[in-house]
Amino acid sequence: MAYVPLADRDSEMEMHHPHTWVGKYVWCQDHKVIAIQYGSVAIFTGIVGLVLSLLFRLQLGFPESVSFVDPSFYYQAVTMHGMIMVVYLLTALFLGGFGNYLIPLMCGARDMVFPFMNMLSVWVFLLSVIILMASFFVGGGPTGAGWTLYPPQTSMAGTPGHDMGLVLMLVSLAVFIVAFTMGGLNYVVTVLQYRCRGMTMMRLPLSVWGIFVATILGLFAFPALLVAAVMMLFDTLLGTSFFMPAIIESGQAMDYDGGSPILFQHLFWFFGHPEVYIVALPAFGLVSDVLSCHARKNIFGYRMMVWAIIAIGGLSFIVWAHHMYVSGMNPYFGFFFATTTLIIAVPTALKVYNWVLTLWEGDIRMNVPMYFAIGFIFTFIHGGLTGLFLGNVVIDLPLSDTYFVVAHFHMVMGVSPVLVVFAAIYHWYPKMSGRMYHEGIAKLHFWLTFLGTYAIYLPMHYLGFLGVPRRYYALGTTDFIPQSAQDLNAAITVAALIVGVSQLLFFFNIIWSLRFGEKAGPNPWGAASLEWQTPETPPVHGNWGDSLPTVYRWAYDYSVPGAHEDFIPQNTPESEEPTVQEEHFNPDQDDSLANV
Amino acid sequence: MALAVVIFLLVIGSVVFHFASPWWFTNIAADWGTIDLTIYITFWVTGAVFVLVNLFMAYCVWKFRQKEGHKAVYEPENVKLEMGLSIFTTIGVIAMLAPGLFVWAQFVNVPEGAAEYEVLAQQWQWQFRYPGADGLLGAADTGFVSESNPFGINPADPDGQDDVVVNDPEMHLPLNQPVKALLRSNDVLHNYTVAQFRVKMDLVPGLTSYIWFDPTEAGTYDILCEELCGIGHFVMRGSVVVEPLAEFDAWLAAQPTFAETQSMAAPNVAAGQAQYALCATCHGTQGEGIQTMNGPKLAGQAAWYTERQLKYFKEGVRGGDGDTNGQAMAPMAQVLADDAAIRNMAAYIATLPDTPAQTTVSGDVDNGQHIYDRNCAACHLDNGDGTWYTDAPRLAGMSDWYFVTQISNFRAGIRGLHRSDDYGEQMVQMATAMADLEEIEDVAAYINTLR
Repeated sequence: MAYVPLADRDSEMEMHHPHTWVGKYVWCQDHKVIAIQYGSVAIFTGIVGLVLSLLFRLQLGFPESVSFVDPSFYYQAVTMHGMIMVVYLLTALFLGGFGNYLIPLMCGARDMVFPFMNMLSVWVFLLSVIILMASFFVGGGPTGAGWTLYPPQTSMAGTPGHDMGLVLMLVSLAVFIVAFTMGGLNYVVTVLQYRCRGMTMMRLPLSVWGIFVATILGLFAFPALLVAAVMMLFDTLLGTSFFMPAIIESGQAMDYDGGSPILFQHLFWFFGHPEVYIVALPAFGLVSDVLSCHARKNIFGYRMMVWAIIAIGGLSFIVWAHHMYVSGMNPYFGFFFATTTLIIAVPTALKVYNWVLTLWEGDIRMNVPMYFAIGFIFTFIHGGLTGLFLGNVVIDLPLSDTYFVVAHFHMVMGVSPVLVVFAAIYHWYPKMSGRMYHEGIAKLHFWLTFLGTYAIYLPMHYLGFLGVPRRYYALGTTDFIPQSAQDLNAAITVAALIVGVSQLLFFFNIIWSLRFGEKAGPNPWGAASLEWQTPETPPVHGNWGDSLPTVYRWAYDYSVPGAHEDFIPQNTPESEEPTVQEEHFNPDQDDSLANV
Repeated sequence: MALAVVIFLLVIGSVVFHFASPWWFTNIAADWGTIDLTIYITFWVTGAVFVLVNLFMAYCVWKFRQKEGHKAVYEPENVKLEMGLSIFTTIGVIAMLAPGLFVWAQFVNVPEGAAEYEVLAQQWQWQFRYPGADGLLGAADTGFVSESNPFGINPADPDGQDDVVVNDPEMHLPLNQPVKALLRSNDVLHNYTVAQFRVKMDLVPGLTSYIWFDPTEAGTYDILCEELCGIGHFVMRGSVVVEPLAEFDAWLAAQPTFAETQSMAAPNVAAGQAQYALCATCHGTQGEGIQTMNGPKLAGQAAWYTERQLKYFKEGVRGGDGDTNGQAMAPMAQVLADDAAIRNMAAYIATLPDTPAQTTVSGDVDNGQHIYDRNCAACHLDNGDGTWYTDAPRLAGMSDWYFVTQISNFRAGIRGLHRSDDYGEQMVQMATAMADLEEIEDVAAYINTLR
């Protein structure tokens, strides 16, 4: 169905304004409240993941003097840290949090298309988190199979949490996927069908593009994880042999035959690789908007940025086996997957160039979100370039399963997206709360986080070059690993503790400023995109008062020659401010997506 | 402004760190210099991009900082520039990918004449098999795996009879002879990694994977498992000795063939019994153990374990500095003249009536169980019986005071760190699950309930 602006349809959206506290804040269908619920649950879960990482870092840094982390708990902590951070923190926060908050506001809609399903989504997400957390309290504890959950060891006696812990993990993932699907369908349909009058696809802010494409990736990728989880549950509980060949457990033959452990890896990474971009694409989008706004300059090369997001999203489905170069799969696959993987470098590099070129000849305001955004470019360049090592199949031979891999993926999908999360929270905080954060504390938070994480991960790459394997509880006596590597591990742990503790600054700032922050006004940054043009701040249920906005221009009209100010809101008519000049790119003349 | 300076300093600092870092690739010991070369190419290409883009960004942040009266330039896009940058990037990618694929083609195609050997992994040990004179490895299957046939070699396959089996985590390879390693696993995923050889591959139950390389430097190198394989992953070690062909052949000739391991004569229990009188002084006539003589209970222990410990005492692997009781035991083991005598003795001890040892240690049973179930049961089993499969001796019903001294010795590095103690370091590491003497006693108290 071709797109019809909402305001031009026969009946506009019906809003049910709740009047009770429970209706407003618990069983709430307002996308903004749901966004904050999603974000809060995700961040709470992320704190658990952070604390777990500090615990196992203590073990790695000071194996002689840390006695409360035994081998079993070490593997459980590493596993839960990984799964929590990738799925329950980053995926939920970017899509459920930022997606929910920004999509309707940026599209000029009153809410999501299916508000009730949106509400269900957040509560089912909470259920999945409760199931996950329950695994800490069952006999045997949570699974310690590594976040990749590779069979056969996941369900065997030599692995911590191989029975109830594993079952709860798999069930929790399945429930999470249900929650994600309900939310994800909403985000996609809302972007396609609930844009206000004049909001063509090529006028959407890149935040929406990033979240939109990431959600589509999720809708295609998560089913692979769902079936893998269900099949593994069958193997564990019903004795099927999807992933289990004939093997021996503690000297006794197990009752399995003919299954393939590598099949699981294919399913897992068919989900797992797009998952990287499910986290990265929203980050790309959000940071583009932050950079553009605070540089007072349009995002450079908007059309290329959109197509790069789409290209990266598409390519992300044909690179998954680069996680499996040394898995024992047919080695001839390496040629194909190395090639596709390195091709992704081209659109990704283009995005980086365009972010930097957005700064070129800008009028850069060094506000706190800008610190985080520029920090992101630095860490993302670093993490992206190390990806070229691991993607280039033959270099993966020495580096696979070493600390180089750990350092790489933490730079590229740990530190970088988290810096964007902070940039985005500081950037939109005035809109969400109506108040400003404390600038000094926020800057201190930036310096500790940015410099601290680089101190953690830059040296970690070099442990990987040396060949120090990941997922080792202790290094033991290994001839090629000198004492200095252990000393370096201790230094990394100290840096990690500093970074971990410094996050308290962020939480303090966010909570303290809710009450004591300065009043921010509706548009403190002078941003052009639609969410800053709401009649009330914070926006109320329904967002737009009596009538939906009409959009006359793209989201990046900053420093337009001849304009009264250095930005023109998207809903300012041509009659009041100049439009884009002819010699420049005019988004309205790009009709490649006109019929979407 | 500050950020521009910091990014500039971080770029410089990263480059300095790179050149100053003492942590770098190990000296290569196989003919995979092409892999190292590909890494260097990638390093220079990506390093240049890292420095240039970040310095440019730092310059922009500094140059275009907010100034009074200054306004940003309105420039939505520059298709020419973007296309140019894309082409430039594509060239860089090709410069890295082309050599990578070229070297990968070498890795995928094993040269004619590469000698084959097999690596078999299981939780948490390495074993190795070499083809005999026929040059062929016999068929193997987990269905045939047992204590006497840990490789699961099909006894009916004639090709397997002359296979040389190395049931011990140290392997040898001839220098300058391309070899193809066939990789198998009995249980979960493992990964056969020798950092100095540069190549690695998972061992997958249910199929045989491979790698090949040409060892070019003599020496002894660590074998590490680099695919998470359960709680003992980090202590799954082996070693590979690369040596001239003549030395390798001599080593190989000294290893038993599969047929020899299968046709070994049954141990002579009576001969063991005849020599036991000396042992009885400290270990008791029924092997029940005498704490006042520091002699632990022997009855009920698996023969393979007793045999291995007797060898260790005889060879000085156990009973080193700090191990007073072990030092007393060492000369006693010398009485057993050869491997056959040791086997006979172990076999006799296994026939002694097994009654649980008296309990002498008390502690917090619940805490002991918590520690035991989480960290010990994976090898020593839930019931404390131990199993040959994980090289874990029996604990249940054995002398609890002896358990406490031995774990203390492992914790102190008195036992288990001898280079020839292939299994001891696992316990040195795992014993850290017990923080102090009190926790060791807690575990001993829990094991006392398993009888």
